[in-house]
Amino acid sequence: MLDTTRRVATPEGIELTLQLVGPVPRALAWAIDFVLRAMVVIAVAMVAGYFGMAGRGLAFLTMFVVEWLAPAWFEVYWNGQTPGKRALGIAVLNDDGTPVRWGPSLTRNLLRAVDFLPFLYGFGLATMLANRDFKRLGDLAAGTVVVYAPGRARARTLPEAPAEPPPFALSLEEQRVVLDLAERSASLTRERLEELAMLPAPLTGGASGAAAAARLLAMASHLSGRR
Amino acid sequence: MKQAPFEATHGEEWRAFERFLDAPAGAPPSFAPEEMPQRYRRLCHHLALAADRQYSPELVDRLNLIALRGHHALYANRRRQSQRVLDFLLVAFPSLVRTEWRVVTAAALLFFGPLGGLIAALQLYPEFVHYLLNPAQIAGFHDMYDPANRRLGMREADTHLAMFGYYIWNNVRIGFQTFAGGLLAGLGTIWYLAANGVILGAVAGYLTQIGFGETFWSFVSGHAALELTAIVISGAAGLRLGLAVIAPGNRSRKAALVAAARPAVRLMYGAALMFAAAAFVEAFWSPLTTVPYAVKIWAGLAGWGMLLAYLALSGRAGAAR
Repeated sequence: MLDTTRRVATPEGIELTLQLVGPVPRALAWAIDFVLRAMVVIAVAMVAGYFGMAGRGLAFLTMFVVEWLAPAWFEVYWNGQTPGKRALGIAVLNDDGTPVRWGPSLTRNLLRAVDFLPFLYGFGLATMLANRDFKRLGDLAAGTVVVYAPGRARARTLPEAPAEPPPFALSLEEQRVVLDLAERSASLTRERLEELAMLPAPLTGGASGAAAAARLLAMASHLSGRR
Repeated sequence: MKQAPFEATHGEEWRAFERFLDAPAGAPPSFAPEEMPQRYRRLCHHLALAADRQYSPELVDRLNLIALRGHHALYANRRRQSQRVLDFLLVAFPSLVRTEWRVVTAAALLFFGPLGGLIAALQLYPEFVHYLLNPAQIAGFHDMYDPANRRLGMREADTHLAMFGYYIWNNVRIGFQTFAGGLLAGLGTIWYLAANGVILGAVAGYLTQIGFGETFWSFVSGHAALELTAIVISGAAGLRLGLAVIAPGNRSRKAALVAAARPAVRLMYGAALMFAAAAFVEAFWSPLTTVPYAVKIWAGLAGWGMLLAYLALSGRAGAAR
């Protein structure tokens, strides 16, 4: 399936599923971090202005730390999140799903200098679109991925419908598709819902239109555990 | 087993695991920490069972989430950092520089080649400098190192601390760019190394030739060893990345890059520390005009000797263990 997930096999013999993050949320997270960095530098520069030349040295040191070291520090001690990433609910992990440490984090943050070329992350964006894990060059070299931070499990809200078991056993992926459709049904137009519901013909027994939609919603109701 | 009894049997155990993960540092955990790996493995077992038995996606997702958080908690490796820093400085870093001597030599040639060549060439053909620097730059350096001007290498900013901050920000950035440029098949690194070599060579050669040598060499001798070596090591780290891109050997390019990045970024730790030390010397020692010229030069040469001895010898015993 065309999906932005990455499966990681752990030593315990299970597969964990990570949700990869695309370029747009990452750009937004970067923008938030950029504004915060600028604010810190401006604030320090304003205070430092009262201390003459020594203050100017302090402002340069702040620029250095905030530009290169602070992102890596946050990623190591804040569960893979810079402030911008936290705001967007995304985080950096190693390829194997473990938390990043100094080595990989500094690698990806130092190599930002190349991702930024030729202007505004041109190389980074091109690389992200050319591999299935949305990695920029820094991520490729560091062996890291940016994923949606594992948050609380959120309960699905499904439309009320009488529960009806599917005519045959569905795989986990297929169950998810049915549940996703039911979850989105409220935001779809009736015509579009019926059009989509008619696609899995074996499941709905070739029923058409409203009948197919109703059967799928009933199955979703069953799959979600309502008996 | 149906899903409902499965959840009823193990639900309490999963909740205990969640409470353990949620417990803030310092709070009493819901079970003894040494039970954690065993409980985590049991949870993984439940996740595998739930997926295999086609239980509802709801349950599988919930278990996946708990397992993911357990994975993070279990594999977040927390080792003492302080001892490792000392170990890195005394053993790991110099040994790494020796292990990577091929890229270090290549970077040194790329940098010191143009640097030394230009210093020599400009003594014989002084007017050649106009191909390398524009008149405004030449005038700037002229002012900075004019023996009539007592403040060496200092422009309007004449406080040491201000220059220290500036040197850190500027020089470490040049080092990081030299390193990162390696990703562009090594071309960025080669460019930064050669370009910096050319500029420094042009300035040094020109100032020596017009007779400002004493002010110039007195200023740069102190920090030259640390700073120039740090540039070379940054370049070596960049070339390491570039080689992985050009000639990955019997791995995929991606795998080769990840493997090369590990030693490369460790080289960068050392280079960054050297840049910081160089900035300190450059800001607080180099501009001192009260120290006689001979002392400055000998101190600079001693610095070179100690640095090369450190890189060549330190940690040999440790590496052999």
